[in-house]
Amino acid sequence: MGDLADTFSDWYSIISAFAIWLGALNLMKISIEKVSKKQKDWFFAIATIVSFLLIVIVGFFFSGGRQFLDLGTRFDWLYRYIYSPLSATMFALLAFFVASASYRAFRARNAQATVLLLAAFIVMVGRTPFGDWMSSMLFLPEGWRISNLTNVIMNYLNVAGQRAIMIGIALGIVSTSLRIILGIERSYLGGE
Amino acid sequence: MQRFFERLLTMDRRIIFVVIFLALSVPIFLQIKIDIQVTSEVQILYDALNELSRGSRILVSCDYDPGSEPELQPMAESGFRYFIENDLKFIIIGLWPQGPLQANKALEMISEVNEGFVVEDGDTLYFGHDLIVVGPDTIRYGIDFINLGYQVGQELVIQRMGSSFGAAFPNDSWYGRPIGEFSIMDGLNKLSDFDFIYNLSAGYPGTYEWVQFAVDRFHVPVGAGNTAVQAPLVYPYLDTGQLSGLLGGMKGGAEFEKLVGYKGRATLSMVSQTAAHIFVILFIVIGNIAYFATRGKQSKRGL
Repeated sequence: MGDLADTFSDWYSIISAFAIWLGALNLMKISIEKVSKKQKDWFFAIATIVSFLLIVIVGFFFSGGRQFLDLGTRFDWLYRYIYSPLSATMFALLAFFVASASYRAFRARNAQATVLLLAAFIVMVGRTPFGDWMSSMLFLPEGWRISNLTNVIMNYLNVAGQRAIMIGIALGIVSTSLRIILGIERSYLGGE
Repeated sequence: MQRFFERLLTMDRRIIFVVIFLALSVPIFLQIKIDIQVTSEVQILYDALNELSRGSRILVSCDYDPGSEPELQPMAESGFRYFIENDLKFIIIGLWPQGPLQANKALEMISEVNEGFVVEDGDTLYFGHDLIVVGPDTIRYGIDFINLGYQVGQELVIQRMGSSFGAAFPNDSWYGRPIGEFSIMDGLNKLSDFDFIYNLSAGYPGTYEWVQFAVDRFHVPVGAGNTAVQAPLVYPYLDTGQLSGLLGGMKGGAEFEKLVGYKGRATLSMVSQTAAHIFVILFIVIGNIAYFATRGKQSKRGL
């Protein structure tokens, strides 16, 4: 049984590796089609094609072969000074959009929204040293310090909610799997 | 006054962007000292590492990309520094393709900034193949640490390591040589041969999968560093003891740096993060004041 599991694991890895190639080639196919048919935002597809080809060609042919991941290779340079800053910038934009969205959407419209707002306030303040500073300024007793309230929210209320979600997901997976195994669920085969 | 609040509600979002930009960037140039309190989940991880004997072997799984670098890279740097100072051997892998490259960057970073690693006999600080640092804390590639790179297969890679580590990672990443040629791998035949797993995770596959497979199935303790977004999702595992400590977001990284005694990037960024949080809260408060001040008018409009 163990050998069978190992065989399936190995095959999963092999298929996954091919799936990466398939995904990359599909991305290229869609991007080339977009450019050739001049579809909406086709010029962004050019950036995709050029970036893809650049990193593949540099990685395969101009970065020392098998040692392409080494420090100082051209691939390493592209990774450090092009890919990393661009990727980090994309993620960093979240901070600005979260701030803007919070300003517009975080309203105490009803009791539930007010509870959510209060919890967010406590966790946001409690997750920074500012929370401890504020607790000291307000002479809050040890148990009522904002960082402690944050811990209560995270360790009890959050855990209870997360656990319920996890159990719910697990039960959903079991029931869906049973439906597939017993042939009740056939939509993945094109049936009803 | 009513008009003022109405204008506040429709404030140009670019004003918010500028304020957040200033809140994040100005503190970087200011020398503000802040006191960081260590939370229990970070202390648990530190204590778990402290219990390891010298020479113990740790599997470091870097499951993140540059997008999560501000939060997770400081954890990698302080973690490696701790391992080196405490004579713990570490084996780097990644379930994300970019993870092992991020580990290389972290190793290079601590080699450059850490004065404790400068050699006594006049040699220069060196980072490259075979040898990262020299001096009292010499670590050598293949003996004290190794980078095995990325392996495709998500959680099934963990499962495969459980029965045969070499089947999941047959070669190292830097030289492409069979792992059996490196002395650090002596006796490491499967996942349960490791003393600890240090996982830095930004999503799937990550801490969830390490707990479900490495902890529950192969009984290897896992300590994790997560992005602030992901950390709340793994809290249930802390409560049950399945997770041996958690560094949550930049604050978790800063707390760990405090325990390790290394003022790294997480500590330095805490002022910026604090300022940004304060301004976001201020915006929420202002938005709510404006909302309540104009609510009657909005109700009449059916908003």
